[in-house]
Amino acid sequence: MKPSRIVITGVGLTAPNGNSLAEFRANLLNGVAGIERMEIRYMGSQLAGVCHYDALRHQTKKEVRVGTRAGSISVYCAREALADSKIDWAAQAKDRVGIYIGCTEHGNVETENEIYNISKFNYDTKFWSHYHNPRTVANNPAGEASLNLGVTGPAYTIGAACAAGNLGLIHAAQMLRLGEVDLAICGGISESIHTFGIFAGFKSQNALATHADPAKASRPFDKARNGIVVSEGGCLYTLERLEDAQARGAKIYAEIAGYHVNSDASDYVLPNPVRQAECVRASIRRAGLTPADIHIVNTHATATPLGDIQECEAIRAVFGEGCPETHINNTKSYIGHCMGAAGALELAGNLPAFDDLIVHPTINVDDLDPACALPGLVLNQPRKVAKVDTILNNSFGMLGINSTLIVKRFAP
Amino acid sequence: MTKDECKKVVLDIIADIAPDEDLTNVKSDVRLRDQLQLDSMDFLDIVMELRKRHSIEVPEADYIQLASLDSCAEYLTPKFNALSAKS
Repeated sequence: MKPSRIVITGVGLTAPNGNSLAEFRANLLNGVAGIERMEIRYMGSQLAGVCHYDALRHQTKKEVRVGTRAGSISVYCAREALADSKIDWAAQAKDRVGIYIGCTEHGNVETENEIYNISKFNYDTKFWSHYHNPRTVANNPAGEASLNLGVTGPAYTIGAACAAGNLGLIHAAQMLRLGEVDLAICGGISESIHTFGIFAGFKSQNALATHADPAKASRPFDKARNGIVVSEGGCLYTLERLEDAQARGAKIYAEIAGYHVNSDASDYVLPNPVRQAECVRASIRRAGLTPADIHIVNTHATATPLGDIQECEAIRAVFGEGCPETHINNTKSYIGHCMGAAGALELAGNLPAFDDLIVHPTINVDDLDPACALPGLVLNQPRKVAKVDTILNNSFGMLGINSTLIVKRFAP
Repeated sequence: MTKDECKKVVLDIIADIAPDEDLTNVKSDVRLRDQLQLDSMDFLDIVMELRKRHSIEVPEADYIQLASLDSCAEYLTPKFNALSAKS
């Protein structure tokens, strides 16, 4: 049986440089980054991508106090996506809605906060919060969204390191095709900037970016790149089966064309370009396309010296020199690495290209690393192109998880 | 500490743990749960904040004493006064 066609019908997001798709896109086309300095416990001032959405737009003060930042970001993005989709939410059967949220990690923020809290009381654990367990369970971000929305269908997170944003979308498409739900709210989120551990961990790996100018700190493909800018963020979509979306006259942003997920099985942290290339090739094959049919490749590149080169190696192996209509960009150069939200946010930033035929550039490339000099790289200035019918989005993560998602212009 | 001062201490805590609530007309003799959106976790918050801010311990068997502002004042005022007598 032919699988159902799955379409994107709503987008809700918060990024360090925008709290709606329109604002985010405008800043990507205007070269506006969203990195700032932030005081990190034990570490002092660090570079970070901080979101400035209005949490009280969709939550009570008590929900914000009791819940987590990850839960708050999830609620904001879910509510914004639903509003954008124009679904009649009051009439929607809530038991037929699934919430599938990718996250890199969850619980570190709250655990660190509690340890810091009890340190003020001589480490007496009777001062440990009774909210610790509901805040740190791995399903917390999706659970908070289900509470806020009254969704009684399945709501859970998908732990997939920094590939998680794509995984949220992929898993949702699978669940829609299986008939498990009729509407999926899916994507990825991250609260990681609120844990010192992630900054300290990257610093110990010599993989934490430094730069005098925050806006220039995240610089994939540049010779002077020196690591990751840690960011928070979220992007959730509404996904529906095509027939359901058409029946209610929904705006369709794109159709899920293909995807693939695989594992390196080679190292805890070092990427594996052979497996990455296999993942990209398989996603293109499963979409019924060839590499030359891909018009935008949004890279995962995080601005680590080695990781960028390895992804470029994988892309070169798949696309070679024979894909003149393939344009390659990177969104982390604006917003840093939004971890579990990265894949979902970076896809969203490119979706408007189906309408405006503009490929947003990779900014901050003052001196292109020859090892990253791919044909088709869009550097520093937006590029108006003749055709954008397909977008391929790479998201890779630690422990060697690779994900590639392809969306295509919707054509009935 | 007077009983009224004790009620003020409890209300200050509730203002922090239930920031959406209007506390201007809380009735002293009515159960807090019957006039405010408070759940069992919120009462644990009250217990925790009494511990953190005022070094007052409320054993689980005595949670029922926190039902209303009047019962809070009745139960907690001697504890506050015993603490201040010690210090």
